[in-house]
Amino acid sequence: MSNTKNGWSTPAALAIPKEGYFKKEDGRYGPLFPQTPANYGFTVIVKVKPGREEAIREYGKTIEAAVKASPDVLAPLKLHYLRWVLFDVGSGLHFMYQGIFDTDFDKYMEDAIALFNSTGVTTVFVNLEGFPEDWKTNIPAVTKFFREHQCPSFLEYGEYPYVSADEIKKALKLKEAFSEMLDQMQ
Amino acid sequence: MLELDDVQHYLLTRPHATIAQYNFITFRDGQAGRNWVNALSDIVGTAKTVMAASPTDMRWVSLAFTFNGLRKLGLDEVSLASFPEPFRQGMVARAQMLGDTGINHPDNWEDNITSEDLHAVVILFARDKVERERCIKKHDEYLKDNPGVEILSSLLLEAVPPYDYVHEHFGYRDRLTTPVIEGIGIEPMPGSHPPSKAGEFFLGYPDESGVIPLQPEPEILSKNGSFLAYRKMREHVGAFREFLKANGKTVEEQELVAAKLMGRWRKTGAPLVLCPDRDDHELGFDDKRNNNFDYEKMDPHGYACPVGSHIRRMNVRDKGVSRIMNRRLIIRRGGTYGPYLPDDAEDDGANRGIAVFAGCADLARQFEFLISVWANDPEFEELNEKDPFAGSIDGPFELTIPKRPIKKKLKGLKAFTTVTGGAYFFLPGIKGLKYLASLK
Repeated sequence: MSNTKNGWSTPAALAIPKEGYFKKEDGRYGPLFPQTPANYGFTVIVKVKPGREEAIREYGKTIEAAVKASPDVLAPLKLHYLRWVLFDVGSGLHFMYQGIFDTDFDKYMEDAIALFNSTGVTTVFVNLEGFPEDWKTNIPAVTKFFREHQCPSFLEYGEYPYVSADEIKKALKLKEAFSEMLDQMQ
Repeated sequence: MLELDDVQHYLLTRPHATIAQYNFITFRDGQAGRNWVNALSDIVGTAKTVMAASPTDMRWVSLAFTFNGLRKLGLDEVSLASFPEPFRQGMVARAQMLGDTGINHPDNWEDNITSEDLHAVVILFARDKVERERCIKKHDEYLKDNPGVEILSSLLLEAVPPYDYVHEHFGYRDRLTTPVIEGIGIEPMPGSHPPSKAGEFFLGYPDESGVIPLQPEPEILSKNGSFLAYRKMREHVGAFREFLKANGKTVEEQELVAAKLMGRWRKTGAPLVLCPDRDDHELGFDDKRNNNFDYEKMDPHGYACPVGSHIRRMNVRDKGVSRIMNRRLIIRRGGTYGPYLPDDAEDDGANRGIAVFAGCADLARQFEFLISVWANDPEFEELNEKDPFAGSIDGPFELTIPKRPIKKKLKGLKAFTTVTGGAYFFLPGIKGLKYLASLK
């Protein structure tokens, strides 16, 4: 059971200092970002290399196919949601990669990079400015790249705060089983 | 192909030793340190010689260095900076992340291990006490003639009775799983991890990613080397036995509680997944069967082996938890220190425990991940627990034992272990040792 603070039924918001954390606490690769009512997460924003928009958009389909072929491919990351956005507000095209997790990203950094490689996501990142050329052999440089482009939230809100994806799935399974039991009793 | 004639034997072989000593060393000056490395490098056993297992060749000495030690020996700043960050910082600087807080904090560590002047460790295995005495005496004599090298502290390791199986002070059978390296002629036992690429443990070789990762410089120093994470853990045998008594009315119940904490039966190592209700001696000692199980299919809810038990946390065997299990392995070496506490004896409060070295190619990805996440992350599998043995516990904690119809929680567990020492070392190959000895 994860930390439910005042319970899942009381919506909660949390304002976060500029640094992204309240008290500096280092993980293996840098400061850890705190759990909020919207759980753990990151927002990575990077400028796209000129002329690479289509290449990135194409990869949306690649990832869709990878998850379809193997629905549990991302399971180790303890994810809720991923969002990929391309936008240009006048300073060139930028790529935003936002993820909401049940665990600090620092803990599963190597799992994530291995998954990026096996699902072909890394080949999207090579379209971004500053992504290390030697990404295949230099994991510390890849880690640093993500760290440097991470923009911490200053506010996060959860309608059902601190609830993990596993808890949600368990509750839905229970609901399903319970409905089936009632059906069986008809 | 791994260069067995250059790799130190330490991570690849287990000499037939019953006794060991760690000497933690400081160099008063670089030249004295280099002389010492030069003098000892000829008696460092390589994997090739020790594997050949000649009964007369007992060159079971291993040498490893801290970051400060490499600097003291005269390694240049550019090369020093090419070593990975955890090693450069040292274990003390990584304490909070590793969970070494409260009573486990480095301020409380023993053996002068946190000294800035810790430069090297010499690990000595011996067949018996007589041979150990001979080696120690010889080393002491050498140090008399080379006064710039001093021993900061020593730790004696010795097996505890009964001697018919390897175990630590709590009585758990040990050394049941160890990674196998591809291409050296050893086949993994059924159910074990497939052979690992040499680069997972030795620098300069492709690892499981298929490429050779960025290596420290110069190559002659890093190639065939490994990183070692040293951990000394005191074992509170009295507290552990009290806990078993408080949670089991009969000896059988106590053994089941002990097994639930570990995931294996204490005296045989038989896995709970395969024999959940009672110990099975034959199964435990059958290497073809004692690792031949998984959790995902055979025990998904942990009714046999609790999800929070030691072996299920530290060696997950489960693709839902990690797809890169083969990138989290370490080779564990070490043994027990301190006096044996017989089963029926009162707790004497003596300092006893285990002192181990975890060998790997990447301290952050392998050792630090295991300790900070699988041992210490309360969010691991939503348990709100830590590993009952490898976790840093500084207050009462719980262990959930899945059970029908309702899970049982073992509450008020006191810490069974305390971290009382730790440091990061680099274990070079033979050419690397010669290179260090030749520095100016």
